[in-house]
Amino acid sequence: MKRKSLASFRNLPVLVTLGLFIIMFSVGSISFPGFFALQNFLNLFIDNSFLLILAVGMTFVIISGGIDLSVGSVLALAGMVTSSLLEKSHMSPVFVIPIVLVIGTTLGLFMGYLIQTFDLPPFIVTLAGLYLARGLCYIVSLFTIAVTNPFFVSTAHAQINIVGTNFLSPGALVAIVVVLVGFFISRYTKFGRTVFAIGGSEQSAILMGLPVARTKIAIYALSGFCSALGGIVFTLYTLSGYGLNGSGMELDTIATVVIGGTLLTGGVGNIFGTVLGVLVYGIIQVLIVFQGTLNSWWTRIVIGFLVFVFCLMQRLFENRKGAQVLRSVGAKAKAG
Amino acid sequence: MSWWKSLSRSNIAWALIALAALLLFNLIFTPNFMHVEIREGHLYGHLIDILKNGAPIMLLAIGMTLVIATHGIDISVGSVVAVAAGAVAILIGGDLAGHPKYPIIVAMLAALLVCGAAGMWNGMLVSRIGMQPIIATLILFVAGRGIAMLFTNSMQIWLYAKPFAILGQGYVLGLPFDVYIVAFVLLMTHIFTRRTAAGMFIEAVGINPTAARFSGINSRNIIFWVYTFSGLCAGIAGLVVCSTVMNADGNNAGRLFELDAILAVVLGGTSLNGGRFYLMGSIIGALIIQTLTTTIYAFGVPSDVAPVVKALVVWTFCLLQSPKFRLRISQVFVRREQTT
Repeated sequence: MKRKSLASFRNLPVLVTLGLFIIMFSVGSISFPGFFALQNFLNLFIDNSFLLILAVGMTFVIISGGIDLSVGSVLALAGMVTSSLLEKSHMSPVFVIPIVLVIGTTLGLFMGYLIQTFDLPPFIVTLAGLYLARGLCYIVSLFTIAVTNPFFVSTAHAQINIVGTNFLSPGALVAIVVVLVGFFISRYTKFGRTVFAIGGSEQSAILMGLPVARTKIAIYALSGFCSALGGIVFTLYTLSGYGLNGSGMELDTIATVVIGGTLLTGGVGNIFGTVLGVLVYGIIQVLIVFQGTLNSWWTRIVIGFLVFVFCLMQRLFENRKGAQVLRSVGAKAKAG
Repeated sequence: MSWWKSLSRSNIAWALIALAALLLFNLIFTPNFMHVEIREGHLYGHLIDILKNGAPIMLLAIGMTLVIATHGIDISVGSVVAVAAGAVAILIGGDLAGHPKYPIIVAMLAALLVCGAAGMWNGMLVSRIGMQPIIATLILFVAGRGIAMLFTNSMQIWLYAKPFAILGQGYVLGLPFDVYIVAFVLLMTHIFTRRTAAGMFIEAVGINPTAARFSGINSRNIIFWVYTFSGLCAGIAGLVVCSTVMNADGNNAGRLFELDAILAVVLGGTSLNGGRFYLMGSIIGALIIQTLTTTIYAFGVPSDVAPVVKALVVWTFCLLQSPKFRLRISQVFVRREQTT
């Protein structure tokens, strides 16, 4: 009985998000002709592929109790470096893609090192990372770089049929692979379990002999890697690199992770919840586009409101969990 | 190494040294940097520009200092600046002849009221609901710009009401008007926090909210009002920004200001872990940032590249504040002493 209640406590936010998504999709389908279509659902993955990739990395960071504000600018930096190397240096994508991934991972690694080794607050370190990456973008180029590389162009226009004529883009496929790998890592590897342990209680994780220092640095490196990969996918999506790309995306990413039911205090989270969070984010945008008269700025306001509601929900759960812990401690004390 | 110890413990000293070093660097490498002249009864020069352009960040930093002293953070200030600009612009209206829709003073007060309410919202989330400050203020950070855009109907509004321009462009006794605004807010905040027990209460809450509550301080109310105050400061900064350019742009007004404000506070020696706060330090911090920006521009670096330098400065100062880093450095000194 107790185990069941714990399970529902963990899954409830995800279920709420799922319910929210279904309701929104139904409302859209009833209100607007042409809304209810498989392609419309697949488009959510296509249009938010980069956000999905960032959100997977961010989920790990938030589960560990940290935060990474640099993801949006690292995405922009990755896009700039990709398009600059492709167009100005005429390098082959075979080299460009690994180089960009290494750059993103190294940046994450460095920030993780600062956070772990010198006990600095993650948000200030990654905030500086946000500045740095944004500035580096403009060192690469002050202007938009259009991508004309044949491999990138053909990949960007490729459509991979899933059912009948309904298709996914290569970028969306990459995102889905990242989600599956992320899910596997979080559930079935030592690293994944250590991430949860650190988020639950770093002190306990250290006492348990888990490699906390190494894991914490690796988490930020992973997030950096995801941001760089997101940048490459974003470049595929827009076929250009520009220094202002992805501004504000760090907050969209955090918002989707929170809406996906990951606790901001760490220790609880779910990659598939994050996917649902991204889908909810995407469908809000689609609904606003279909509605037509609403200002696109409403997306921001609705997302802000949803973050509020989900945080409120999390607080209620936390309070209940805290009360449970207190009660069990009290019972033990009485028994002793 | 006693000088190292005393220096590393003193917090404002670092900021002053950094500012002095920056000014010295400019004195040598930037021609006419220290030159101040009187033109049409106003003071002109790089130094005056730094004071004038740094005013919004200084205002934000004053509010942010108190928030950080309670071990909080307010990342919504940049968006609140946009909200203030949007609100005041829509109330004054973009009449080309310069006739305001509502009296300017009413429009300004209304905008401040909106920003105070925004601060109260943050304060309520942190103090009553118990959200982490970064997330609680994240909500307005995201939604704030949306609200600003709704105010202005997603358009940039240009203002032509002359009297409103005094706020950001006027001069009194040769000095820019916004310098007096900063001085006034700083003085009021200083009196309120240091001549009453409020400052001590804020520090007590930042060091240990539970202990503060047990010693009879209403921690929740302190936190609530601190965020409200930060919202108000952001509102004043928003009015100054709007008046300086006579334009309200929900997208760009106050962009990245939150980072500058946090940076100013950190540079000023207030620890991100809460506790002791230094209002004057934050002002010096804001001046450092503005001087840095001016220096970067003076060297012809594109304004967009400036963040790289800022990032490196943040990391350096965070390291200098980190006890672990200080320990390592002092170990190096000790080892050196032992070997010699």
